[in-house]
Amino acid sequence: MDSKADSALIVDKKIYNVQKIRNDFPILKLQVHGKPLVYLDNAATTQKPQYVIDKTNNYYEKMNANIHRGVHALSQEATEAFESSRIIIKNFINALGKNEIIFTRGTTESINLVASSYGRTNVKEGDEIIISTMEHHSNIVPWQMLCTEKNAKLRVIPVNDEGELIFEEFEKLINEKTKFVSVVYASNSLGTVNPIKKIIDLAHSYNIPVMLDAAQAVNHIKIDVQKLDCDFLAFSGHKLYGPTGIGILYGKVNYLEAMPPYQGGGDMISKVTFEETTYNELPHKFEAGTPDIAGAIGLGAAIEYVEKIGLDNIAYHEKILLEYATKAVTDLQGLRIIGTAKEKIGVLSFHFENVHPHDVGTFLDFEGVAIRTGHHCTQPLMRRFNVSATSRASFGMYNTIEEVDVLVNGLKKILEVFG
Amino acid sequence: MDQELRELYQQVILDHNKSPRNFRLIDHPTNHAEGYNPLCGDNINVFINVNGDGIIEDISFQGSGCAISKASASLMTSMLKGKTVAEAEKIFNKFHELVTDKLGENPDIDELGKLAVFGGVREFPARVKCASLAWHTMINALHNKNEKVVTE
Repeated sequence: MDSKADSALIVDKKIYNVQKIRNDFPILKLQVHGKPLVYLDNAATTQKPQYVIDKTNNYYEKMNANIHRGVHALSQEATEAFESSRIIIKNFINALGKNEIIFTRGTTESINLVASSYGRTNVKEGDEIIISTMEHHSNIVPWQMLCTEKNAKLRVIPVNDEGELIFEEFEKLINEKTKFVSVVYASNSLGTVNPIKKIIDLAHSYNIPVMLDAAQAVNHIKIDVQKLDCDFLAFSGHKLYGPTGIGILYGKVNYLEAMPPYQGGGDMISKVTFEETTYNELPHKFEAGTPDIAGAIGLGAAIEYVEKIGLDNIAYHEKILLEYATKAVTDLQGLRIIGTAKEKIGVLSFHFENVHPHDVGTFLDFEGVAIRTGHHCTQPLMRRFNVSATSRASFGMYNTIEEVDVLVNGLKKILEVFG
Repeated sequence: MDQELRELYQQVILDHNKSPRNFRLIDHPTNHAEGYNPLCGDNINVFINVNGDGIIEDISFQGSGCAISKASASLMTSMLKGKTVAEAEKIFNKFHELVTDKLGENPDIDELGKLAVFGGVREFPARVKCASLAWHTMINALHNKNEKVVTE
């Protein structure tokens, strides 16, 4: 990779120089309402390092052309850059082959693709699909639509008060009618990391395929799809320090081969007549139309950048931030942490007894602090915890202990006003 | 506190948030509607008793919401009690114009009375819906529309 990404080299095996990393992210120099930006909304989207911005711009400035089938120089160069990204992604999650890596618009489209293509072919009346209480709407609604269409049943694994899946309940839910299991790897609202290996192994003992929504896991946890043995996995580029509008569906080749196309159009065909069409081979069968070429190249660059810093190092750094922040807010009056699982990514969701999350969000904004307030697209989960919304601070590789202090001081000021 | 933020969270708003007026159920109201803000999942119920002369004899609300929406509902109920349905509609229009910045820089404070404290909301486009949810719900209740108000 380019030498630019070397600027944040790791000095210690575990702890890196966070200031060096911050220098790689131009947006972190911004001021908001006259205060330095404290960006703690990383579970919604992460900021982009200069390396990713440069790689994306480079495509538009030096090689913009449509990919595949072009015989001119630019088209070939763009095709090569696009397909190299696919290989970077394949290696990143250790897929067996690059044919198992499908470019999509994001996690949501990846899940819709599987629900629509695999689901409509294999799920029939009376069948059951299992998801969990902590799913994002994007891993609820596509399955609900499928169940409505097929008259199938959606079963939901409950969570305990700490925000952990109750595995024993999953054991009770799974049965011969179960046709598919789709669960979130790490929760965007609670931070909980689920026991996905156990879930996959149990489902496989019933020959049921498992899909993982890895949108929140992929930037914190090293994923090896072969070791996990998951059948499908989805994630988005923009939560991995890459561009928006690009995401990945990983699928085992035997499933993808057997599945019908999701959308029809250019690129996904081999031969078209008005009587019939034969489809292109994998992965192109699932990539109708001109894709987000710059986005795919940017995602490849983001993975190069993240791997240079090291996912283990990032996870360790975020763990320190989470522990520090959790301790710092515990004594705040009327504050309740929503999501206290033993295994968590860097997500701190909380709720004040007397201050609504939207007021918290507006006040913090004036301290320069960006957090997310609301239901985080997990309304059933909010109901489980008897709140309509929470405030959520979520950490990324570039956040600092000092930024957590700004957050906590901001919360103290809010309590003074509303107390 | 920042000036703009102070404009939004004026003392009157903080007071009404802390001790909302008419925050109760009315049994068998003549008019009722439910409002919902999908942005935050907040919910409000507005209950009204209108007498034979078209006068709002009693009005109350219940639900969950931020300081802006709670204070807005509280002030609204305080203000509309004793008004006619036609007057309530007129005040609704004025309020709506205020928070959506249609009154310009110098709104007629006299006409708005206490509601003028919501002028600061204009500067916070993401929070306009918080201020207006109770009002839209009230209008729906008066028109006896039973469907949920959704501020999207």
